[in-house]
Amino acid sequence: MISLTEWPLASLLEPLTYAFFRRALLASCLVGALCGLVGVYVVLRRMSYIGHGLSHAVFGGAVISYLMQVNFYLGAGLWGVASALLINEVAQRRKLGADAAIGIVTTASFAVGVAGISRQRRFTRNFEAALFGNVLGITPADLWMIAGVAIVSVVGILALYKPLLFSTFDEEVAEVYGIPTHGVNAAFALILAAVILVSMQIMGVTLIAAALVIPASAARLLTQRFDRLLWIASLIGAGVSVLGMYASYYLDLASGASIVLIGTAMFLVAWLMSRGPAGE
Amino acid sequence: MNRQSAGRREDWAGAVLSDAQESRHGLGPLDNRALGGEVVASMTSVTCGYHRQPVFRDVTLTFHAGQLTGLVGPTGSGKTTLLKALLGLVRPQHGEVCVFGKPVTRATRARIGYVPQLETFDWQFPVTAEQVVLMGAYRGMSWLPWCRASERGAAFRLMEQLGIAECIGQHIRALSGGQQQRVFLARALLGKPQLLILDEPTVGVDLKTQHDILHLLGDLREQGITIVLTTHDLNAVAAHLPWLICFNRGVIAQGPPEVVFTTDILRSTYASEMLVLRQHGYLLVANSPLVYQGHHGDQLD
Repeated sequence: MISLTEWPLASLLEPLTYAFFRRALLASCLVGALCGLVGVYVVLRRMSYIGHGLSHAVFGGAVISYLMQVNFYLGAGLWGVASALLINEVAQRRKLGADAAIGIVTTASFAVGVAGISRQRRFTRNFEAALFGNVLGITPADLWMIAGVAIVSVVGILALYKPLLFSTFDEEVAEVYGIPTHGVNAAFALILAAVILVSMQIMGVTLIAAALVIPASAARLLTQRFDRLLWIASLIGAGVSVLGMYASYYLDLASGASIVLIGTAMFLVAWLMSRGPAGE
Repeated sequence: MNRQSAGRREDWAGAVLSDAQESRHGLGPLDNRALGGEVVASMTSVTCGYHRQPVFRDVTLTFHAGQLTGLVGPTGSGKTTLLKALLGLVRPQHGEVCVFGKPVTRATRARIGYVPQLETFDWQFPVTAEQVVLMGAYRGMSWLPWCRASERGAAFRLMEQLGIAECIGQHIRALSGGQQQRVFLARALLGKPQLLILDEPTVGVDLKTQHDILHLLGDLREQGITIVLTTHDLNAVAAHLPWLICFNRGVIAQGPPEVVFTTDILRSTYASEMLVLRQHGYLLVANSPLVYQGHHGDQLD
């Protein structure tokens, strides 16, 4: 019989005896940290709606690539890149209203995916997995892809740290100070598309936006320094994902939902802490 | 017009009266070459606007090296658009804008410092005063995410000169209005600009800070920096700025405050009655209520 002192450790170790859980835990931890990092820019640039829309747009590409039997990452990736660049372009044009234009692009792309599924009814399970997340299906190849995107995204964000900070803080003036804001925005849109692509299987299309927004928003309540914000948001994202995976395992919940619910609880704690005298 | 006070600035007033190109009022020239120095920026028959709707039309102006110019006019008159045209952020629908003798390019902008309206910022944004100042040097910095000690040293020295060294690690929201203005001024100066453009640098600060900022700009002008700013505070610019442009969708008049601050010009600029008082060499502009109390037109010393 397991004693009380041994119980928490046993509970932590028991799921790790399964290879699928080890892969899922590592993948969700990477994806959580990555979404936390990228989410800082999404929140500060007030792009939450774009993050939400882009995840729906990538879904269309995922379905098309499945139907055409093209590699998921290749098909959905290309679709995501095209959607990200298109969204980035329309977001900068004010005549129609960026929110309306983005809504059209992303929902049209999502509708393409739904139409494809309705024509081919044989993969309802995959449809659910794409919408709500399914960590059971994480393969070693998926893990490598997530790790690759994580490395490229982190290197990209570090290399663009100064231009991204300036253009996020004050885009118009950044242009005056020699920052190629159009290029920086496009590069960030591509990073965001890649992060959304590899997060789909963990979080599901419907919940990716929450993974992007919640850790960054919670971190923002805890610090006023940009460099610390990046660290804290990444740590919250990773921590919430690990806790969410265990909750998913023990409570038999969809992984994306449990990660988002724990993230929301974490946000509430951060909000309460920020209201106290110690909050900055 | 007060001839006595205008005479104190004989050189400029002379230029105003002798210039062949006169503004709509016939008082201010469209060219202030008498100020000397090479032409740093020029606008020739420029029409600018957004979505094919012109904000201002047919503006011709020159800004000379070491000149400190104030642009005054009502809200929506196109002052900020004019500054953005000088910065190359708004393309002219007609005419030509040249800075340092060339159309505005990324290379030209390297010699321009810009302080935008502070109202436009997200003051909750998580950056410190030092981080904001360092943004001014990003153009020449490496791709490394951190700044070198020499770059931070240069930013600190500049902040020290502007009297904001103690704010270095503070969040921008924690600073006073005057300190915030100086932080953004430091950002603009870190790149050693030859042309400094400021949009409403005196808004939201107390009188003492307003005077300090305008004196500081005067000192920068002494160092040879050409400065163009917009403001709504007519009395402050009358006391501190040597050259003014009255602007409302076009140039109404330009010249020294003694020349352009008349009830006629201010009425044309603001579409409102304003009383211009001249007392012991000082100019004071008052709003219309005084007019109804029996004061009309310019009051001489």
